[in-house]
Amino acid sequence: MLNKFLIGIMALMILSAAASIPVSAQDKTVKIDGSSTVYPVTEAVAEEFQKAKRGRIKVTVGISGTGGGFKKFCRGETDISDASRPILKKEMDACTAQKIEYIELPVAYDGLAVMVNRKNTWVTSLTVADLKKMWEPAAQGVIKKWNQVRSEWPDAPLKLFGPGADSGTFDYFTEAVNGKSKASRGDFTASEDDNILVQGIAGDKNALGYFGLAYYEENKDKLKLVPVDGGKGPVLPSEKTVMDGTYEPLSRPIFIYVSKKSMSSPEVKEFVEFYLKQAPTLVKQVKYIPLPSTAYKLAEERFAKVKTGTMFSGEAKAGVKIEDLLKMESGK
Amino acid sequence: MQNIEHRAQSTDIKKRIALNKLWDYIFLATGLVSTLAGLVLLFALMTNLFIDGSQRLSYKFLTAFPSRFPEEAGILSAWVGTFLLMLVTAFAAIPLGVAAGIYLEEYAGKNWLTDIIEINIANLAGVPSIIYGLLALGMFVYFFKFGESVLTGGLALALLILPMVIMATREAIRAIPNSIREASYALGATKWQTVWWHIIPYSTGGILTGIIIGLSRAIGETAPIITVGALTFIAFLPAAPVSAEFPFISFKWLFDPFTVMPIQIFNWVSRPQQGFHINAAAAGIVLLCMTLFMNAAAIYIRYKFRKRIKW
Repeated sequence: MLNKFLIGIMALMILSAAASIPVSAQDKTVKIDGSSTVYPVTEAVAEEFQKAKRGRIKVTVGISGTGGGFKKFCRGETDISDASRPILKKEMDACTAQKIEYIELPVAYDGLAVMVNRKNTWVTSLTVADLKKMWEPAAQGVIKKWNQVRSEWPDAPLKLFGPGADSGTFDYFTEAVNGKSKASRGDFTASEDDNILVQGIAGDKNALGYFGLAYYEENKDKLKLVPVDGGKGPVLPSEKTVMDGTYEPLSRPIFIYVSKKSMSSPEVKEFVEFYLKQAPTLVKQVKYIPLPSTAYKLAEERFAKVKTGTMFSGEAKAGVKIEDLLKMESGK
Repeated sequence: MQNIEHRAQSTDIKKRIALNKLWDYIFLATGLVSTLAGLVLLFALMTNLFIDGSQRLSYKFLTAFPSRFPEEAGILSAWVGTFLLMLVTAFAAIPLGVAAGIYLEEYAGKNWLTDIIEINIANLAGVPSIIYGLLALGMFVYFFKFGESVLTGGLALALLILPMVIMATREAIRAIPNSIREASYALGATKWQTVWWHIIPYSTGGILTGIIIGLSRAIGETAPIITVGALTFIAFLPAAPVSAEFPFISFKWLFDPFTVMPIQIFNWVSRPQQGFHINAAAAGIVLLCMTLFMNAAAIYIRYKFRKRIKW
């Protein structure tokens, strides 16, 4: 019996060796990878798209992070890259080296929410200068109490929570608040899992932290949202204030990058068209903030015209309104 | 006088015995507490998982693809991916590991080369799993061009458990008394005949146990799988292994993209919606059951094979 078993194993091994002759018959697949922030939106679109196509076109979505996604994208391994920030200079160079051209399409807004504990009675709003005082690299080991930020605030320890340095949210917040991407104090509780941050802030009266607005929406009863004053008075982040650009500088557009090469395959083209058409509804369902409808129109045009390159100069920029950029480009 | 001395001595001994007994009890208590600490913690974790996840467990949960709505999301692509990966892992790791183990125990001479191999295998068992992921990425994805496929993932995990399989094989073979070998040689059997008819059958129980424990570890691995490019959202299954057309058996599934249970769980845990956290707990239960089932199989197999051995 054992004999037969072993012979069976060997036969199967030979068979599988024979089968490892490269299978070239690629079926229709749209390969997407990139930011975990954009993931929920892309997942929703992919789900609906496959339903609409009855599974004839396959869509795969990975989460390698914005940077990791671009690495694969610029090697030509994926068709579309999810990105929570515009493409950086060095990523542009990597793409150019491999002759990968891309079309940059904004798909939604993401607001960053600044949160404190519900028992925190003293904070009614924060200016960007306050945030900078708390978070800038120079604050490390120095700003440890609330009254060091504003003297009228209590003499209580300041406990900070934020996403880890690999996250696009961290990049964006540091850019918007401290003026330089990734420039932040290091002595705060960092976690890549935003739910940990929620728990941390909810459990400590003296806590303050920031993360994507979607996480606040799900935890409204546990946290207190703080209005942020970007120079024109304190504004609470909401669908309205993010969309019309009054909640600044802590709101950002998120993108997909489509490889020009992949556009020759009709399924990728179809998928992107479907993406932009469905985005206004689907983006809301996954608790992100849709772009104004004119922006989606402009993005569709941009895609139809196969306009390659980035609207940004290869660096993260805070407080830009996406429709202005799109208009500027198409408006000659 | 003598009597008094004698009595003093005996109380001395009694005291010492009492003290020693006390130490015995203290050690017993410490040991018990240490054992319970682990068990209670595990039990609490599992109860927690069951309370959270059991409400979502249903046939639909097992047969649905991931979705943006927590109530509609399921783990079909994840558990099929995990299952196929284990299949590839087993087919790659078992022949290699068992053959290597037999060679090292039965054939290899006692020299410096064997020593180096042995030390390396022992060390490999302690290498962090991410390293195997990187190795697989370089070797299978880029060099052999297997792509980010079931095959790559399975082979990566096979590398990971290979040292374990080799060690288990060697342990099992070492447990066979030398007299069996000698008896076989005495009857004129060659080395190969001895290995084939005696060594392998007698050590099968131990080997299989080792393999299954290795696979139970591999099933929960995330790091090497992410490194070789497993995906998160995947709403289709790999190609079917059998087809109606010639040659009836298809190995295309080996080259299809995949996702696995731990990745699905990780993704759900990090989502903001409470519903996804419940899904993660439910998927955790399923993964736990898969592991439990494999371990139960290991115990049963060991029992079965032990019974067949008559010496």
